[in-house]
Amino acid sequence: MPANKFNNFTDYGIGVGLRVPHYAHILDKKPVVDWFEIISENFMVDGGRPLKVLDQILEQYRVVQHGVSMYFGNADPLNKEHLKKLKRLVKRTNTPWLSDHLCWGSVDGSYSHDLLPMPYTMAVAKHTAEKVRQAQDFLEVPICVENVSSYAEFHQSKMTEWEFLSEVVERADCGMLLDVNNIYVSSQNHEFDPFEYVRNVPHHRIGQIHVAGHTRYPTHLLDTHDHPVPDPVWDLYAETIKLGGHTATLLEWDDRIPSFDEVHAEALKANRFLHEHAPVSA
Amino acid sequence: MSTPLCPPSIDSVEDLRQLQRLMGVAMYRPLVNDDEELAPEWTDGRPMAEMVGEFIRPNDRLTSEERLAIYSRSYWFRILDCLYDDFPGLRSVLGAKKFHAFARAYLASCPSSSWTLRNLGNRILPFIDQHPEWTAPRTAIARDIAHFEWAQVLAFDEARNEPLHGDDLLGSNPDELRLGLQPYLVFLEVNYAVDDYFMAVRNRDSGMRAEASNTLDHAPVRAAVRRLALPKKQKLWLAVHRCDTDVYFKRITREAFLLFTALQRGQTVSAALEIALQQADPGEDWAKLVKEWFENAATLGWFCARREP
Repeated sequence: MPANKFNNFTDYGIGVGLRVPHYAHILDKKPVVDWFEIISENFMVDGGRPLKVLDQILEQYRVVQHGVSMYFGNADPLNKEHLKKLKRLVKRTNTPWLSDHLCWGSVDGSYSHDLLPMPYTMAVAKHTAEKVRQAQDFLEVPICVENVSSYAEFHQSKMTEWEFLSEVVERADCGMLLDVNNIYVSSQNHEFDPFEYVRNVPHHRIGQIHVAGHTRYPTHLLDTHDHPVPDPVWDLYAETIKLGGHTATLLEWDDRIPSFDEVHAEALKANRFLHEHAPVSA
Repeated sequence: MSTPLCPPSIDSVEDLRQLQRLMGVAMYRPLVNDDEELAPEWTDGRPMAEMVGEFIRPNDRLTSEERLAIYSRSYWFRILDCLYDDFPGLRSVLGAKKFHAFARAYLASCPSSSWTLRNLGNRILPFIDQHPEWTAPRTAIARDIAHFEWAQVLAFDEARNEPLHGDDLLGSNPDELRLGLQPYLVFLEVNYAVDDYFMAVRNRDSGMRAEASNTLDHAPVRAAVRRLALPKKQKLWLAVHRCDTDVYFKRITREAFLLFTALQRGQTVSAALEIALQQADPGEDWAKLVKEWFENAATLGWFCARREP
């Protein structure tokens, strides 16, 4: 089954995040990888090593862009200079779709460099969806919105997170990057059923999936991306692809990064789940 | 500006903005008790718990302010980590403890105003000038090394325009010719041998910063720094530049510094030479030296077509 319209009708399998400690290995050994996910912001520069490395990667591999600073949930409007730089990068990478987070991150020009949680109300969903639409119109590439891990909830919220996410993506007519680790982390921090979450989002809009590891503290889970994927997250992944079908999947590993082969091997575990729960029909 | 009150419900973009301002104020307050806890008081002295409790819901394991503190710690750890990476020489000059206090004061005074962490240090020189108390008694050295390290941040990924070649300049009239210099090129005049000092403390990979979507659960951890002799006092002129993808720095003469900075300001070649050689030693063979400067600069690809601002 091909992927859906929110990842531009492509058929991508298991990807790996492109990270600095692996550059030399990848450029030298040229491992077989279906695609690499890049953090857009690392390459939204005017020159130098980042772009040279990217061009070398693009000669060999397919690349998908993943952003961390569009901040669809900011009360402030989208940053036009940021969008222009992002569009230049989109042209360079020819990314079939791009993703960023359902969060806010700056206010009045002060940036947190974090993915901050939103209050879940209809007014906020409408505002956020409008900004996703604006970005999608400007960038001319499908956008997938990713759910974030959260450690706080607002008294002012009037919807569940999955209701809010569904409202935003339906109104914006965009895709979802469903991060099943984030769903699991938030479910433990806010005491909801993660399976209820994945069963109640529009499955036809799942353009990409993230899996990752986290850290457990006595009072909460933290989305640290520094461990192998734990079993409960794989279970949630299995349920998600059963519902959404064969979907481009990426393992995130951003801290205490092991060798490339170790990261890739962990990512390829997803293949077993894809074959078992979402086989591609002939 | 008075602290915004928390809206009881979020029914408009203005309500959302008010809530985000409120959370921003709480998160950006410097942490206390060795950077592990949220400040106990709001900016106006009201209890933090009371203010945060207006918008963050507690659960059976964490209070409202404990939940917010997870974000505040991640914010502070991330931006401190970035300054640690970009200013290792400044950290060495000040010492770990004093650098940490300096970095906290800088970030509290100049919070990030850009979507990229690359720009986090862009106000560090004015801050040092305006707040010498954080770097005293080594303010002059601190300023020079910070200037040198910020120049390297710029040289790392600023644009490179198509370089001009010798043939491009043939027949040009130096009285009218205005040359552009590569955007990645930074010239500095310093009073300390910061280049030698930097080489002595250099221990980092010049990779790109770690923009990612994970949450940081630990403060920057760095191995103890062996104390080095401070940079010696020495008037120097430096060019910080990039060749292929690597950042380099080289010492240049005062006259070459004056020439290139005059060209950067848009002076014609003739005018720039006049500025450069105004107080030059008449005993030197300047014609030969100037030819060498131009040849070296052209070989390094420093010249490009001038773009009027």
